[in-house]
Amino acid sequence: MFFLDYAWLVPLIPALSFVVILLFGKRMPRHGSEIGIVAVGASFVLSCGAAIRWIMRVQDAKSADAPVLPVLHHVTWFQNGGVRLTAGIQIDGLAVMMMFVVTIISLLVHIYSLEYMRGDRRYTYFYAALSLFTASMLLLVVADNTLQLLIGWELVGVCSFMLIGHWWEEKPNSDAALKAFLTTRTGDIGLLTGVIMTFFVVERATGVGSFNIIALNAAASNPGNRVGHTLILWCALALLLAIMGKSGQFPLHTWLPDAMAGPTPVSALIHAATMVVAGVYLGARVYPVFFHGLSIADGGINPMAAVGGITVLIGAALAFVQDDIKKVLAYSTISQLGYMVMALGVGAWTAAVFHLFTHAFFKADLFLGAGSVSHSGSHHSFDMKKDMGGLRKYMPQTYATFVIGSLALAGIFPLAGFWSKDEILANAGFDNYKLFLVIGLIGAFMTAAYMTRCVYLTFHGEYRGAHDPHAIGPADEAEHDPIDTEESIELDVHLHPPHESNRLITVPLWVLSFFAVFAGFLNFPHFSKFERWFQPRFPAEFAGLPTLAHPAAFNAILAAISVLIAGSAIGIVWAYYQGKLPQGLSERNAVAGAGKRFLVNKYYLDYLYENIIVAGIKGPIAAGVYWFNQNVIDNVLNYTGRGARALGQFTYDYVDQKGVDGLVNEIGTITGDSGGEVRKLQTGRLQFYALMLVVAVVIFAGALWIFA
Amino acid sequence: MLLNQFLILAAFLFCTGAYGVLARKHAVLVLMSIELMLAGVNLNLVAFGAFHNSELGQVFALFVLTIAAAEVGIGLAIVLLIYRNLHSADLDDVDTMKG
Repeated sequence: MFFLDYAWLVPLIPALSFVVILLFGKRMPRHGSEIGIVAVGASFVLSCGAAIRWIMRVQDAKSADAPVLPVLHHVTWFQNGGVRLTAGIQIDGLAVMMMFVVTIISLLVHIYSLEYMRGDRRYTYFYAALSLFTASMLLLVVADNTLQLLIGWELVGVCSFMLIGHWWEEKPNSDAALKAFLTTRTGDIGLLTGVIMTFFVVERATGVGSFNIIALNAAASNPGNRVGHTLILWCALALLLAIMGKSGQFPLHTWLPDAMAGPTPVSALIHAATMVVAGVYLGARVYPVFFHGLSIADGGINPMAAVGGITVLIGAALAFVQDDIKKVLAYSTISQLGYMVMALGVGAWTAAVFHLFTHAFFKADLFLGAGSVSHSGSHHSFDMKKDMGGLRKYMPQTYATFVIGSLALAGIFPLAGFWSKDEILANAGFDNYKLFLVIGLIGAFMTAAYMTRCVYLTFHGEYRGAHDPHAIGPADEAEHDPIDTEESIELDVHLHPPHESNRLITVPLWVLSFFAVFAGFLNFPHFSKFERWFQPRFPAEFAGLPTLAHPAAFNAILAAISVLIAGSAIGIVWAYYQGKLPQGLSERNAVAGAGKRFLVNKYYLDYLYENIIVAGIKGPIAAGVYWFNQNVIDNVLNYTGRGARALGQFTYDYVDQKGVDGLVNEIGTITGDSGGEVRKLQTGRLQFYALMLVVAVVIFAGALWIFA
Repeated sequence: MLLNQFLILAAFLFCTGAYGVLARKHAVLVLMSIELMLAGVNLNLVAFGAFHNSELGQVFALFVLTIAAAEVGIGLAIVLLIYRNLHSADLDDVDTMKG
């Protein structure tokens, strides 16, 4: 049980490697990348071990429905009156699956970056940031309490900011990093309030507040009278806001396309496979809160499914009008995240998590493929229309892996995406959520269509980039580090003709393609290992989630329909590009043109956010606050100052000069005057003194005579 | 003879002497008045001694006489020095200690 009990090593090793790279990376022969790779490799091995151990644990359970308890370890770091704050691990199927995904994709990205980021101006910090990100994401994933999850969540947000802004010397990159951070921060308001509210949910249910996830799930599964449905509803809505921010759901999705300003390995790791799915992971982890709070069992429409469904459609629509290949993939990611959230919203827990699993592989495959194209094919440009085209002749491996990834994404049998997407559709269709089935099918159509467009523009047709070694190369949308070091000038001559990439790039692509092809079979109907191994089966929680225990069965008709839809989309787009369909519709038709402009401007959402909401807050409120500051606050201060001065003057004149000084002077005067009087006794004359003596003696004698 | 006849005489001498000490200007006269006071005291002492048939009164009076003699010597020496410095034996002029 070493791998499960010591699973806390998995986040720890990359965290240590972060520190080591920062301290020693620059001096090492490979500038720190070797430390990063060794560390993530070690984490990967431990995660594989944990996964295998967990699977064995599940297989050892007595029956298919018997509970399999997660492995729990924790350390209490603060305790006060029954409330215990812990740092711990909860290793169950979901955690193990996520650990595997995060570490393998991180490892492949590390290897890929050896070639892609060669000669970069901040190579060592890049690897340090990658290690930190991996550690944070793993911390989030193994967390057994929502507080630790929140810490990991914020840390991955910071790492995302650091990595998107890796080339921060160019302002658009740092703007994009800020936009990403601030937009997800808006969602984090929801996370913070949600975590606080869930603490009190547990307190109401058990009497002692706690952040523990298992306690939360148990409390949420039996709302009863003590907790109350309304509180759980508010928790679910708050956490839904967090998911919207982090997982790029409408309307907080605007940061994801801009985040493509970061290096491509970062996009693959963070914005495709791991960080953005943190929201979906949160949904899966505390699913009873959502299930009971949003009444998912009832069918119809609920906020989570609605948000997911809208995101599917708008993401897919936007992917059609992008010229930048990475932006197509970014919108595709938004759309697929929409699928996952929609799946959670319709009660299809296993389908959502399975889609998360397969999506990580093929989306990372696509992103790394796009990076390969830019690195070796289009002179570091991502513009499909200007600099790509016809690359399948020059880059066969990249082409093959990219096509595999695209087909997987489109959901073509028998690749991975088919199984996971089909499971979502099946669950939507058969749990009173027919509207979302329709949305899912439309989304599938659009997915296949835009990916075909992307593949065609990139790899087919005529090469449109400049490759004449004597011509001046294009500089627009260049992503590679513009400040070249000595080394890199030799290695990456700008105007070489397109060629296949280095093995360091293509091997990760093939590994990911392998998973894109075969990962889906884990949940082959009646084989259903994914479901068996990774679905939670803790008895107290998840009571009352019928679809979770028995997800909808595989429906061959629906599967056939979805493949048909995807295939027809591919066919239609292919025909369009072959010239067989009417071209230039958006130029000739005003409505179509307006629609396209609407899409190109990203629904004017950015305009809304920046010019209306932010400016509206900045302008009048700032002016008002400034007026208040100058006239009210400053006046208060000024008059206070003047009053103090007047008081001081009065005190000086009357109390100090006249009062205190007068008193002291009077005492002196009295002393002097009385002294002057007494002085008169000192006449200096002998006989006077003698007279005094006699008088005293007489008085004493008299007194003695009277009283004695 | 009654005792208080002697005592009255001694008191008379003493008071006369006291008056002289307090009221005379000239320093030598003050010294003479002191002698008178001492004489009165001596008479008192001897009278008491005779009355109680004890020689203790006379012994004490002898002591007083001796001291009177010594005191006169010193007193006159002081008066002489005062005269040398102030060119006057008037006691009202000796007021250097005036505060």
